[in-house]
Amino acid sequence: MAQYSDLAMVAATVAYIVALVLHAGEWAFARGLGEERDASGAEDAQRVNVDLFGRLATAAILIGWLLNTVGVVLRGVAAGRAPWGNMYEFVTSAIALVVLLYLLVVWRAGARWLGIGVAFVAALMMGLAVTVFYVDVAPLVPALHSVWFIVHIIAAVISAAGFNVAGLASILFLVRDGAERRARRRGGEFRGYVARIPSPRKLELFAHRVTAFAFPVWTFTIVAGSIWAQYAWGRYWNWDPKETWSFITWVVYAAFLHASLTAGWRGRPAAIISILGLLTFWFNFVGVNLLFSGLHSYAGI
Amino acid sequence: MREWLRWGWRQLTSMRTALILLFLLALAAIPGSMVPQQRISPIEVMDWKKAHPNLDKVFEPLGMYDVYSSPWFSAIYLLLFVSLIGCILPRIVKYARDLRRPLAKVPARLDRLPAAGVAAVEPSDEALRRAEAWLRRRRYRTRRTDDGISAERGFLREFGNLLFHLSLVGVLVGLAWSSLLGFRGTVVVVEGRGFANAITQYDDFTAGAWVRTDDLEEFSLTVDSFEAAFETGRVQRGAARVFDATLTVRDGRGEHTELVTVNEPYTTAGGSQINLLGHGYAGHFTVKDGNGAVAFQGPQVFLPQDGNFSSVGVVKVPDARPQRLAFEVIFLPTAVLDETGPHSVFPDALDPEVWLNAWAGEPAEETGVPESIYTLNTTGLEPVEGDGGERLRARMKPGSGFTLPDGLGSVQFDGYSRWVKLQISQTPGNPLALASVLIGLVGLTISLFVKPRRLFVRPGTGQVDVGGLDRSDTGIGLEDEVAELVGVIEGKD
Repeated sequence: MAQYSDLAMVAATVAYIVALVLHAGEWAFARGLGEERDASGAEDAQRVNVDLFGRLATAAILIGWLLNTVGVVLRGVAAGRAPWGNMYEFVTSAIALVVLLYLLVVWRAGARWLGIGVAFVAALMMGLAVTVFYVDVAPLVPALHSVWFIVHIIAAVISAAGFNVAGLASILFLVRDGAERRARRRGGEFRGYVARIPSPRKLELFAHRVTAFAFPVWTFTIVAGSIWAQYAWGRYWNWDPKETWSFITWVVYAAFLHASLTAGWRGRPAAIISILGLLTFWFNFVGVNLLFSGLHSYAGI
Repeated sequence: MREWLRWGWRQLTSMRTALILLFLLALAAIPGSMVPQQRISPIEVMDWKKAHPNLDKVFEPLGMYDVYSSPWFSAIYLLLFVSLIGCILPRIVKYARDLRRPLAKVPARLDRLPAAGVAAVEPSDEALRRAEAWLRRRRYRTRRTDDGISAERGFLREFGNLLFHLSLVGVLVGLAWSSLLGFRGTVVVVEGRGFANAITQYDDFTAGAWVRTDDLEEFSLTVDSFEAAFETGRVQRGAARVFDATLTVRDGRGEHTELVTVNEPYTTAGGSQINLLGHGYAGHFTVKDGNGAVAFQGPQVFLPQDGNFSSVGVVKVPDARPQRLAFEVIFLPTAVLDETGPHSVFPDALDPEVWLNAWAGEPAEETGVPESIYTLNTTGLEPVEGDGGERLRARMKPGSGFTLPDGLGSVQFDGYSRWVKLQISQTPGNPLALASVLIGLVGLTISLFVKPRRLFVRPGTGQVDVGGLDRSDTGIGLEDEVAELVGVIEGKD
């Protein structure tokens, strides 16, 4: 069972890499295309190619997600427990959820423009997971025998999905906003794939809405962790590196939510804060385990 | 002067200041995750100071080893809370007023609102009443005037927002309460031994300023047994699998047996929480002195040095005569001797051994000065030599012993037992902090999911104008709702 899980994870990684290449093709083919279809129809072949690559990429991501999910489920079956006992299992589960959230917004809102970022994050993190973080299936240490473990991790993984999708939208915001500024300076219109992603205002709202969903979930993650810590260590907050960084992430996202409602902080500053929040989140997820020793170190590689 | 104060207050309670304080708080929290912290790992702090003497000169006065109670960290969060309260109080007053104030008037030009529509029907009382009923069903508050209908929903958003921010103050009060009236101590107890809750029995103890430490809850406990099991399979070999401590507790509920494991503490009748924090091995020794009298008998706690519980400790026999004795001991639960020296290769006691060397010296005067039971002060002691002038080193399995040279006496390794490290704590602010956090979560969810919106209906000539605006950035479907309302006025379902 475990080797089928491993196989599915590797295959999922390959599918995500393929999706990344296809999305890159989508962007490359859109080079020079304007926002509106040219009436002469001269660019129609190019436009069809852009669309084709985009669709193929989405298909690859869907296949990747199916394999990824199969891998996570089989991992849980093989271990006979929830598959969140170490960093390999965290990362693979989190990516499955990030991609699921992406597929949902593609389905509901046609947000394929997020694809290149999602494929990049998924390919990178799954690649790291199967090569660097990988550990064989093993039972849990006693510290993880708690219902709060399940609650804490599910919430963490859901907020991971939200923060990643929001962060990618903020990156695209900066890309599109920058392109628009440059175009305004030169006085021309701007072309290429950037012209096809939503307007900066829409990206900003998208990032805000997704974060507004993920932030309470993240708050709940921290609360559930604290309640668990009270049972496990008799103290609900210990300023352990993991706790400290989850607090930092929380504060940065609190700042983001305030900034995107405050005149003068909207737009670029808010987008930068959102990306900063995502960086602290990933640092907490990966960096803290590798760099610091602390009470959460059992989650290590 | 008053102008300055007012200006200062306005600055402090502005959103810009709040944002900057939030960033400062995030930044200020970082060093505590990089520099070892006194309250988490005092030993690491000592090692760190030794390794970085120059940085230490700056870090010590800055309070870098206790970041989260340092003046600068406290200053940031206290300012943040002042800013928060200063921001919240006026908003509460405004919210209370807004709730009682009649809804906004219907604007003159509805087509200037973010979403607008026109119902192509002659204005009629019936149409307006239909619109009003539809709005009420959608939980809008409505107000009908000669100008038309004003409707608003989502008043709960501000309520949730205020609730969330107030709950943060509740969390802070809960924290302060726990740190003033709470205490926390740890104690190492060998299997079969007991502990009574008095400050003198603790190995280390920290308490809030308002705790009466000579009046702690009366309870006592005995550690009946401690079971540990470790992974013996190929993957994660040696990882912990089971930690079960069986305690007999005597508290306000009488005498009873309790199982305490890692995630399942026991809480006494008086609210003291007993957590199992760690475990290790204690060696049992019998030491006879040069006169043949038993000078030491019983378990001695050893401190684990690595994940496989290679442990070190000291057996001190100050009452041995004619010479007092002391032993430096290495305890290895699964002993192996290779080129790296004696060490343990598995955390469970599969093949326990002790390695020790002996010290002897003239009897010392009883000074009453407390000293560590884990380290040996060798002043006045000489290493005992074995054959050929070499330092005497002994390797023993349970049940074996040997006689020291020069008629100093003998030592026997009787066996081993385990000890547990228990933490006993009271955090009386917890219920308040937890309740505040849960209320805050509810408030946060409300404030982020309730979408306040205003809709207006204005009868015109031969048509009815409809318009609406969202009062938050997160509203979606405004156009749809306006179009639906148009349909309702037009009499289509």
